[in-house]
Formats: sequence, C-alpha cells, structure tokens
Amino acid sequence: MAAPETSTAAVPTLYTNNTLRNAFGGVLSFFILLLIGVMAFSIRLFSVIKYESVIHEFDPYFNYRVTQFLAKNGIYEFWNWFDDRTWYPLGRVIGGTVYPGLTLTAGTIWWLLNSLNIPLSVETVCVFTAPIFSAFASWATFLLTKEVKGTGAGLTAAALLAMVPSYISRSVAGSYDNEAVAIFALIFTFYLYIKTLNTGSLFYATLNSIAYFYMVCSWGGYTFIINLIPMHVLLCIVTGRFSSRLYIAYAPLVVLGTLLAALVPVVGFNAVMTSEHFASFLVFIILHVVAFVYYIKGILSPKMFKVAVTLVVSVGLAVCCAVIAVLIALVASSPTKGWSGRSLSLLDPTYASKYIPIIASVSEHQPPTWPSYFMDINVLAFLVPAGIIACFSPLSDSSSFVVLYIATSVYFSGVMVRLMLVFAPAACITSGIALSQSFDVFTRSIKFQLPGISSNTEVDAAETSSATAEAQNDAVKTEKSEETSKNRPSKKSKKKEKEEKPSTKAKAEKRLLALPLDSSVISLLLLILLGAFYVVHCVWAAAEAYSAPSIVLTSRSHDGLHVFDDFREAYGWLRHNTDVDDKVASWWDYGYQTTAMANRTVIVDNNTWNNTHIATVGTAMSSPEKAAWEIFHSLDVKYVLVVFGGLVGYPSDDINKFLWMVRIGGGVFPHIKEPDYLRDGQYRIDSQATPTMLNCLMYKLSYYRFVETDGKGFDRVRQTEIGKKHFKLTHFEEVFTTHHWMVRIYKLKPPKNRIRGKTKKSKSKTSSTSSRGKRSGSGKKNPWQ
Amino acid sequence: MEAPIRATGILGFTLFSLLFFVCRSSPLHNLFISNAERRIDVTSHIVKVYLTLKVENAGTTPTSEVLLAFPPTQVDHLATVEALVTKGKRKKTTLVRLDVKPTELPDAPNGAKYFTIYLANPLNSGESTTLEVLYLFTHSLEPFPAEIGQSESQLVHYRDSALILSPYHIKQQTTFIKTPSTKVESFTRVEPTNRAGTEIKYGPYEDRPPYSFSPILVHFENNSPFPVVEELVREVEISHWGNLQVTEQYTLVHGGARHKGVFSRVDYQSRPTLSGASSLQHLLARLPPRVHSVYYRDEIGNISSSHLRTDSRKSELEIEPRYPLFGGWKATFVIGYGLPLQDFLFESSDDRRYLNFTFGCPLLETVVDKLTVKVVLPEGSKDPSAVVPFPVDQHLETKYSYLDVVGRTVVVMEKKNLVPVQNSHFQVYYTFKPIFMLAEPLMLASAFFLFFVACVAYLHIDLSIRK
Repeated sequence: MAAPETSTAAVPTLYTNNTLRNAFGGVLSFFILLLIGVMAFSIRLFSVIKYESVIHEFDPYFNYRVTQFLAKNGIYEFWNWFDDRTWYPLGRVIGGTVYPGLTLTAGTIWWLLNSLNIPLSVETVCVFTAPIFSAFASWATFLLTKEVKGTGAGLTAAALLAMVPSYISRSVAGSYDNEAVAIFALIFTFYLYIKTLNTGSLFYATLNSIAYFYMVCSWGGYTFIINLIPMHVLLCIVTGRFSSRLYIAYAPLVVLGTLLAALVPVVGFNAVMTSEHFASFLVFIILHVVAFVYYIKGILSPKMFKVAVTLVVSVGLAVCCAVIAVLIALVASSPTKGWSGRSLSLLDPTYASKYIPIIASVSEHQPPTWPSYFMDINVLAFLVPAGIIACFSPLSDSSSFVVLYIATSVYFSGVMVRLMLVFAPAACITSGIALSQSFDVFTRSIKFQLPGISSNTEVDAAETSSATAEAQNDAVKTEKSEETSKNRPSKKSKKKEKEEKPSTKAKAEKRLLALPLDSSVISLLLLILLGAFYVVHCVWAAAEAYSAPSIVLTSRSHDGLHVFDDFREAYGWLRHNTDVDDKVASWWDYGYQTTAMANRTVIVDNNTWNNTHIATVGTAMSSPEKAAWEIFHSLDVKYVLVVFGGLVGYPSDDINKFLWMVRIGGGVFPHIKEPDYLRDGQYRIDSQATPTMLNCLMYKLSYYRFVETDGKGFDRVRQTEIGKKHFKLTHFEEVFTTHHWMVRIYKLKPPKNRIRGKTKKSKSKTSSTSSRGKRSGSGKKNPWQ
Repeated sequence: MEAPIRATGILGFTLFSLLFFVCRSSPLHNLFISNAERRIDVTSHIVKVYLTLKVENAGTTPTSEVLLAFPPTQVDHLATVEALVTKGKRKKTTLVRLDVKPTELPDAPNGAKYFTIYLANPLNSGESTTLEVLYLFTHSLEPFPAEIGQSESQLVHYRDSALILSPYHIKQQTTFIKTPSTKVESFTRVEPTNRAGTEIKYGPYEDRPPYSFSPILVHFENNSPFPVVEELVREVEISHWGNLQVTEQYTLVHGGARHKGVFSRVDYQSRPTLSGASSLQHLLARLPPRVHSVYYRDEIGNISSSHLRTDSRKSELEIEPRYPLFGGWKATFVIGYGLPLQDFLFESSDDRRYLNFTFGCPLLETVVDKLTVKVVLPEGSKDPSAVVPFPVDQHLETKYSYLDVVGRTVVVMEKKNLVPVQNSHFQVYYTFKPIFMLAEPLMLASAFFLFFVACVAYLHIDLSIRK
C-alpha cells in the first residue's frame, strides 16, 4: 500500500504499528466474514425449524426432480433427458431447455458428499443449497464492495446482504430455485469485472469469463450482466476513462464469455443471435475502434491525427449506417423483433399484459407496489441515495459501475417484482458504502474532537497519526495525483484513488467536517438504531413472511396450531393409488409438483413453453362438462385435479385463477370469451353469476357436492353463497378429495357404449353440438343450460 | 386367480376321506384324540385358531411326537403354530411351551402338510395329555364381493373344514367360529350346527376317522380394516457413542375388499359409521420405552398426523396415513426413532457384545408379508452372528456411511408372512474394540491439521517465477 510507505517516510516508528494493525484488521475481518456467512446461512433456516426440511413451492420441485435424475443417472443421461412425463403428448427435452447451473451445483455437492461416504439425500442437499450460496453471495458482496470502497464498506455491505429480505425470500432453506445460486454468480461476476478493471490482470479476466459462464448456466438473468457491463464500458469510454485495463476487463469477457455461453444448451446460438446480446458486440466494436484511435493518436503527430480522424469518420459513418440498416432489417423481419417476451416486457412494462396473458398471469411478473419495496429492502431504500452520493466522491471506474448497477436495477425492479432480487445486492452495496462512509465521518470527527483520548490508546494514536501524516503529505500527494491525472484521469491506479479519498476527506474534515461532538455521537446512535431496526425487520421477514413452504399451510387458531397438508395428501394418493402411466390434467401451476411428488404424467406444467397446450387445458376448464370431457379424452387424460379453497378459505385456488384460464384459453380458441364469464364486468360465482360460469367445468369440479358440507354452500374465499348448489356430474366422477377439500381429483368416466339407443343419443348429441356451434357463432344466450 | 385354486382345493379335500383308507397303514396311528375343541376367531383379518386336544396313547410304545395336519392351501397362509401343555395339578398349573416343527411325511394324502409337536415327556401307553395349540392364518378371509363401494360394508368368506383335519382318530370334536358381528350372510350347515349371537357352533361330532374333511364356508361381515405391510425394511444402526437408530420403511396396503367407484369426502366426513366403515384410518405402533427423536414421513416430506405417548414402560405412536386407506389403496411411509444404547446392547460372558432387539413389526394387528431386518454394526466390528428364535434367511452386507473407510457390516435377516405374535427378540453377537470409535474423529482432526499445515506452507513458499 502506498499509505504506509509514505507515512514511514515521515514517521518511521509507525510502520510496525501499522502492519500489526493491518494483520489484526485482516484477522478481524476474516472472522467477521465468517460470522456473516454463518448468519446468512442460519437466518434462512427458519423454514426448516418452523416447518420441515422440504422443497418449497412450485419451480423448486422441478429443479429437485431434475437433480434426482442427475444424481441417479449421471451427467450424460441428464443432457440427453427427454422427459415424457410432462407436456403429454409432446414431452419436453429437459437437458436442452433447462439452465443446468443449479442442478449441476447441487448434484456435484451431493456427489462429493457421497464419495466421502456422507449419506445425505438429494433432498437434503437441495434444501440447503440456497442458504449455502447466500453465504457465498455475502462474501462475494464483501469482495465487490471492498474493490469499490474499501474493507469497511465491504463488511457492512456483506452484513446487509446476508439478511436482506428480498434475497431471503428466494433463498430460504428449501427454496431450491435458480436465483439461489444465480445471485451469488451475479455478484461474483461483477466483482471479478471490477477486480480486472482495477488490476488489469488477464488472470482475473479469465476468471471473470468463467464466472459469467456459471451465471449463464444458472439463470436467464445473465442478460443483465451482458448488458450492464457493456453499458459501463461505454460510460467509461464516453467519460474519457478508456484504459488498457478497461480493454482487458471487457474484451476477454465478450469473446470467452460468449463462447462459453454458447456451450450451454439452453442458450446455444442465442448467445450470438438474439438482440439481448447485441449491445455487448456493439460495445466490443466501439472499444476496438477507440483503442485503435488511441493507438493511432500515439504514433501520429497531432496534425496528421486530425486529418486521419476526418477521413475515418466520414468513411466509418457510411459503413456504420449500412451495417445498422442491415441489422435493423434483420431484426425487424423476425416477429418478436428478436426479443423474447420476458425481455420485451422489461422494456415495455405493459407489453406482457397486452399480448402475453401467460406471462402476465404470474404474480411475480407484476410490477411491485411501494410497500413491497419497504418490505423487501427496508431501510436500505433510504440509504441508497446516500450511497450513490458517496460513490460520486470521488467517482472512480468501480464506483461508477455501482451507480450504473443501481440505476438500472431500480428500473428493472420497478417492472417486475421478481427482479427486486437483482436490485437487492445493489441496494446493499450502496447502503453499505453509505453506512460505512458516514460511520467514518462521525468516528473521525469524534476522534478529531477528542485528541486527548485518542493519544492515550495505541490504536487510536496510530489512526490519528496516520491521518495527520496523510494530511501532512496531502499537499505533496495531491500535486502528484494531479500530475498523473492531467493527461489520463482514469489511468490513476486504484490504490492512489483510495489514498486520495481519505486524504481529501481528512483535509475536508479538518476544514469543514469538524462536526460537533454531541451531534456526531447522536448521529452515530441513530445510525446504530437504524441498523437495529433493519436487523429486527429482516429477522421478522425471514421468520414470518418468507419461510412458508406453501405446500403445507398452517393456521393458528384458539385451539392450537392447525396444519393443512392437503397438497401432499393428494399427491401421495395419486402416487400410490393410480396407474403409473395415468395422465393427470390440472392448471399448469401444479404441473411441477404433480410430476415431482405424485410421479404422474401431466399435460402442462410451470415451464410454460407451449401456449397452445396451456390454452387447451384452459379451454377445457372453462367449457361445459361434455366439451371438457371430449378435450380431456382426446388428450388421454385419466384424472383431473382442481385446487379449491372455498371450504377453509385458501385464497390462491383455481376459482380465483380461473379468469386467467379463460383469457389464455380464449387467446387461442376464440369461442371462449371472457365477457361470458363476467356479470357486468364483475367476476362472481354467486347467484348473479352468468350461466356460462355456472356451467363451466371448473365451477362444477370445485363445487361438486359442496353444498352438503354446511347446507348453504358458503364459499369462505369469495365470502358468498355459491350460485348453483345442486348438480350432478355426468362425465366425471369424484375419486378423491383431501381432508380440507383443498385438492379434488376427478376421474373421467369411460366413454359409453354406443350399441343401443344410438339414434337417440346421436340426435341429442348433434343438437348439443349444434347449439354450441350456434353459441360461438351468434353469441347469444348460453344454450347448454 | 385365487378362486380356481380354492375350488380345486375343495375338490381335493372331499377326496381326503376316500384316500384315508389308503393311508391307514401308517405306523403313527397308535395315538388317538379323545376330545378336540377348536375355537376360530375371525374378528380381525388375522384368523386365530385355538385348538385344545386331548391326546391318548392307545398303542404299546411310548411316543413323544404328536402330529398336526393342515391342508396345503392353509399352510401357505399359516403364520405361526404354537403348542402349550398344562403342567402340574389343579391350582398350580403352569403352561409350558413345546417345540413345534414342520415335518414332511412320505405318504401325505393330497399334499397335506404336517407339524410335529414334541412333547416334553413321552406319552406312555394308555396315558393322555392335553395340548393347547394356537395357530394363526393370514390372508384367509376372502372379501366377497371383492369390490365394494364407499358406503357398503365389507363381507368376507372364510373357508375351513367343519371337522378337524388330523392324522388321528378323533372321538369327539367341536368347532366354534366367532364372527365380529351378528351379521352373517350364510354358513354351511354340517349338522349339528347352530348359531347363537356372534358364534357359530359346529358339532359335536363323534368318532371321525383320520383325515375326515367337510368343507364349510362362512360368509359374514367384517368391517375391521385389513392392514397388510407388503414390505417392511427395519434398519437398526448401532452407534457406540450411545445411540441406537431404527429406521423402518413400510409399504402398507389395505388388504380388504377393493374400493370401487367414487370416494366422496362429504359422505366420509358426515357419516363416518356408514361410509367407509372398513377404511384404515390410523395405526398404533408400540415402540420401546425411552424412545426419542421419532419421525414419521414419506418420500415427499413429514406426515403431520401422528401422536406419540410415552411412559416408563412403553411408547405408543399413533399414526395416520396421509389419506384414509380404502380396500386396495396403498401408502408408503418411514418411521424412525432413536433409542438409548444401554437398553439394548449388552456384553456377553465371552467378551463379545450382543444386541437384543425385537424382530417383528411394531404396528399392532398388522400382517407383514415380507420383513427384512438389517442390523448395521459399527465400523470395525467382527464375527457377527445372529440368533433368531425361528428360521430366517440370513446374509451379510456392507454399508458405508459418515466417513467410513472399510464400511460397516450389516447382518440382514429376511422372513416372510409375519404376524405380531412373533415380535420376539433376536440377538446379534459381534466383537468390537472401542478404539475404533476414535477412528473417525482422529481422521477428521488429521485432515484439518494437514489442511492448515498446507495453508501455512503455501503462505511461506514463494511460488512466483520472477525474482
């Protein structure tokens, strides 16, 4: 470090003191980091302690199933896995359509443990992968923030990230989802980028590409990296901070990173073909042009250079225009303009709800509300602006990256709730910087105010004396730094910047920031209080809000804890009491769980890759019984599963999701019309409901014999009595209903023999079909009632 | 599948009495039974038969063997045979258990199978003794109709002979069949036969020659659930650090009349007595006392419906499957618990250690079709040998867990068709040096030591190429 060297020149005795202090600091920060890791891990165990060690929600079940397959059959089978138990009759190529990072990570951990003869089950490994990786993520945050603003800020940011609720919500034990490892990969990639930018080392640049590769393996959110880093490079070039370090940080990433990304089957040629990646190539070209210009500038005289510039600019513009025209033509010729639906909805928040109901129907794709910001990042929301200001004094390559990161992620988080997750690390980093800088200011001013105390203790003495030594050296150093920064301000070494920052601060403190003692003490206390509030909130969020596995529900009533384990009851029943090859139809939300827990073939699942197939199921659910039976029968479905919360008041049941089924179904099959299911624009299931609604399959399967429970048929979710109470099913029969009626399973009745009474039946059938045809044609009153 | 076998069986049994003359020449028959009383209890799905035989030796030579004969179809379902003899005079009677072993006889009529009861004292000429025999049949109640709806009650067939099948002449015999309720659809009459309440009485029949057979069929209501564990794997892992970990994997099926058609939860909840009367709702497992860390789960997670009651003498775990089991429905689950080692591990006189543990299934009133008991001995233990009171298939396996290097020896014992009566104890003897307990901690410690040494070495070596 430059600081001790300069200070030894001034005060030689301080040298030993400082190394000792650094060593202690190193050990101390190591232990603090260790504790932060332990905290990050343990705060996520509330779900295991309060519930059980179990995989949560929907997507994790798919990842779990894939990991099981990997553990059982090995990596080559995994790449070639064609899953015939889902999307019946289409199937799904799992190896080529899944981001394998998470699965491979957990599979490797499992394999490692088992080769050490530690017999942990795949499930246990999967459950604890997310907490382990959140510890890694907090360490990565430390590294990143340390590169930007020093160790203090790094530790603060790591501690904040370890317990930020937004990240906890996706990484509690059991929440075995891509984001769990992806956030670590994201932060670590950013760290390596900054590290390369600061050191200019090709070693780190290579590591950076590998980290980027891991990120590509893990999550579709890698496009955020491959757009943010080019943006930063562009920013550096525009603000005249181009340097060879920037070149080393970026060029290998694009070349190696793109090559590596193309190795991942799910990305493949998308890494060079889709618009998400074009920005990086464009910046790559610009970077080379700029580098070339600098090179030319170096070998030519200024006069010659001017001539060359005008020449090149005129020719270059023409070429650029041509290339851009070709590109635009190419992109515009593709139907989605080369952008995938999810990315488009990022740029235009209203895109999804307008065109793709299947994206809009997922709650995590909705824009967040203001309270959710407070819920998810809490006091960080107030600290972020302060952190941004701190990043600007002084602005370096790395701090400008942080500013850019937070600015973009704030926008993305505003578009989709899910991307709060990308925003949270940025918020933690900036808040960490803000907190540590303000602590710095307050403690320094306290020390400055109390020279008597500081001279007593050794460490404080070292601190202040080094500070004063720095202050003394200030004049010399600022001169030096000005000298270096004259021609290339961005080429200042990182260390010198670091040096400059506290020194200017010390100077500033000396002049202006001699805050009054009492006010700085009070501010310190308030900051600590703020931190305490954050901790309390995080622990509460981890314990109460984000730990529910959602497959088992509990409610606390006056007579103790009540457990609703209906989902697993139903899946367990399906697993043991139906034929292995039976097909189960349900709305796509339950597809992953059905395949993983019940081990039965499903028609659609949460990987919503085939809109038509989902629309078919949606149409069946919103059709009258006979038509639905025909659709299901044509799909070889044996059982239909519906989730019904009306008896116990479970709000996210199929009746509440039903309008999405109608919308998605109607998007492909126009005879399903949303207004048919709404009375005066209102969605209702009581006696005012439309006949279409009361006769659709979903209504019938949900409320079949429901009236017999209490005699009135009172739905506790909709808080109303149901409209049609007594009806019979003709084409379906109830085969299982769980204890709290939350899951109901129906079996399709076999087709009737057509030997006797053929004429009569066919007559009635033709009349019914014709009436259906009429309905879709003329759109008058519903004829099937 | 089963029906035709049974039909041929019946045909065969009617031939027994004809064949009896052929077998007359057997030299065994100097014994005869002066009085036999048989009580057949069909209230649960395990058929219990209490047979009281008064055996007299009419021959000239003393004999110590008494034969029991069973038709071949019954032998397949025979789970256990026990014989007791009352000893001592009045007031001070004690029951003595006698050895019973399956026996092959060369000229058994129609494939009848035999069990030999070895008397403690030979029966001299002219003497008589009274034997109490208990045997249990599993899978002997055949549901008829084989498929029932949710609201129907379960009716079963029980087939047997009104006359006791025996290689001996029986002077007088009576058979009582106890049904679970008074609802008896039909029963074969072999006069004198009468029925009172829940009991059907066949007999008394006088002077029946050996191998007399008279098939009867009783059709009655039996609404008790038929819990059958198709496969049970019990793993008992010994840790010399003081814990005995037991893991039991069950595949449970309701062996009664198959469920047909709909399952309506509303009927099941509102009319519990009428609807699904024979459904299997809960099971009781009797665990050893001082049991701890009990879990009850299946492959998709914890099953929350269980209760554990412990006291100083026993622990009872009441478990409910995730869903009520109707006829033919299956469920799988795992029960696991830890036990203090000192209750089950002892040192024998020859400096070996032995584990003393129950063999059977802890679930009450449950038939186990196939039971595998695995005893995982600690790493480094030698010369395992198992002592089981009845014949079992044994072999050894090796299991690796928690940082094992050479693996743990596993003694595997397998038995088919097990009933709760057989929950007797077995012993596994082995030798073990306590020093092996320290192997793994030492291994870990040295691994960490080497790791830190490597770290220190790395920090002190300059690996850079530049000078």
